[in-house]
Amino acid sequence: MIIARRELGGYFATPVAWVFIVVFLALQGVLTFNLGNFFDRNQADLLPFFQFIPWVFLLLVPAITMRLWADERRIGTIETLLTLPITRAQAVLGKFLAAWVFCAIALLLTFPFVISVHILGRPDDGVIAAGYLGCLLVAGAFLSVGAALSAATKNQVIAFVLAVAVCFVFAVSAYPLVTDFLSRNLPALGAIARRVSVISRFESFTRGVIELRDLIYFASFIGFWLFVNAVVVAHRSAD
Amino acid sequence: MNALIEIEGLSKRFGSLTAVDDVSFSVGRGEVLGFLGPNGAGKSTTMKMLAGFVTPTAGTARICGHDVQQAPVAARRVLGYLPEGAPTYPEMTVIAFLRFVARIRGYRGGEATDRVEQAVALTTLADIRLQPIETLSKGFKRRVGLAQALMHDPPVLVLDEPTDGLDPNQKHEVRTLIARMAPEKAIVISTHILEEVDAVCTRAIIIAAGRVVADATPRELERRHPSGRLEEVFRAITQPAAA
Repeated sequence: MIIARRELGGYFATPVAWVFIVVFLALQGVLTFNLGNFFDRNQADLLPFFQFIPWVFLLLVPAITMRLWADERRIGTIETLLTLPITRAQAVLGKFLAAWVFCAIALLLTFPFVISVHILGRPDDGVIAAGYLGCLLVAGAFLSVGAALSAATKNQVIAFVLAVAVCFVFAVSAYPLVTDFLSRNLPALGAIARRVSVISRFESFTRGVIELRDLIYFASFIGFWLFVNAVVVAHRSAD
Repeated sequence: MNALIEIEGLSKRFGSLTAVDDVSFSVGRGEVLGFLGPNGAGKSTTMKMLAGFVTPTAGTARICGHDVQQAPVAARRVLGYLPEGAPTYPEMTVIAFLRFVARIRGYRGGEATDRVEQAVALTTLADIRLQPIETLSKGFKRRVGLAQALMHDPPVLVLDEPTDGLDPNQKHEVRTLIARMAPEKAIVISTHILEEVDAVCTRAIIIAAGRVVADATPRELERRHPSGRLEEVFRAITQPAAA
């Protein structure tokens, strides 16, 4: 995946990557230790860490994806890229993979948390691994949404705001606030809203449960948005 | 004549605006076609459709027999395309960008290096090879775009304003380069510079309001106006009211 390599190189060629990683780690640290009461809980696990990560991703992932296509369209390189002998699907996939690998790198750099719980007690590594897998899948889901929306506009700010909004909808759709409202007014939608929520799927990973249907959910979620991305690129590339 | 570029009834409408209206022509090996017309006449849109970037509303375009819509990857493999404004990734260095293109074009290892070096030599970019593209002048940026289009020695070249923003010396170099490659290739260049048509083109198409209004050799076109100057012919053809 030559495109993915070029993209990834592009992240580190500008300060964007470093700013992202530093902010991500700082936010995660503050949230885990202060709001999450990491130490006071007296439990050797990463639950307070995992609890906040989808919300941090909700804000930071669209910041990665906002430039993915919008910038390419603004400076016109989309024309250079899409007239090279590659399919649009390869271009969409390449960009997505680069962003995903970048998120994985940021996640890997949270390793001090894992070391900390090991020093403090005897955590269940299986649960931690499942949690990290869940984080990666949540990042992938948000990335696919952000990438597709970025393809729809030249303006990075619009891409960012739209991506946060749509990711937020998928994040909160299982919360009682939403489901109660829907069950009361639109019972049919209530059940669907619970099922499509990224966060409720993620929570089972943080408990160490990896279920096939959750994996299928994330795969189809990402697949759907990448498909949308390819369609948008094909139809709007020239505008 | 062995046509490497075939365009049949190509049209593009944006809403109610018809940018390109039923354009047909073909270009054979050894031809350099000058694509002329006022701004907004549909030159770039036609070239974008030929490169498979814009989807035509109607009509087809084939490059070396490959339909640009049905077999886009095969068509783009035999095409060297310089988009309008020569957009390239600003944060990459010249050499990194060209290596990226080489890898996408399927060259590996030593061959990729050779291809990049050849393209750099052809477009005289050697001195600035390690500079980020955003720090380059307009002329150099244009040549980076040109290097990208020439790298795989394609039988078909479509160059949208290849000499725009170049100084007279650089313009001369690019024209010499085009003239040197001409016998083996089918080349389409769009330009606003009419002297360029005289200098390098074997044939000229003038398009106005999306339609082909003239298709002849530069000599024949010049004979169409008493002054014998291409500029007068261009004005007469593209501004019917003033003629």
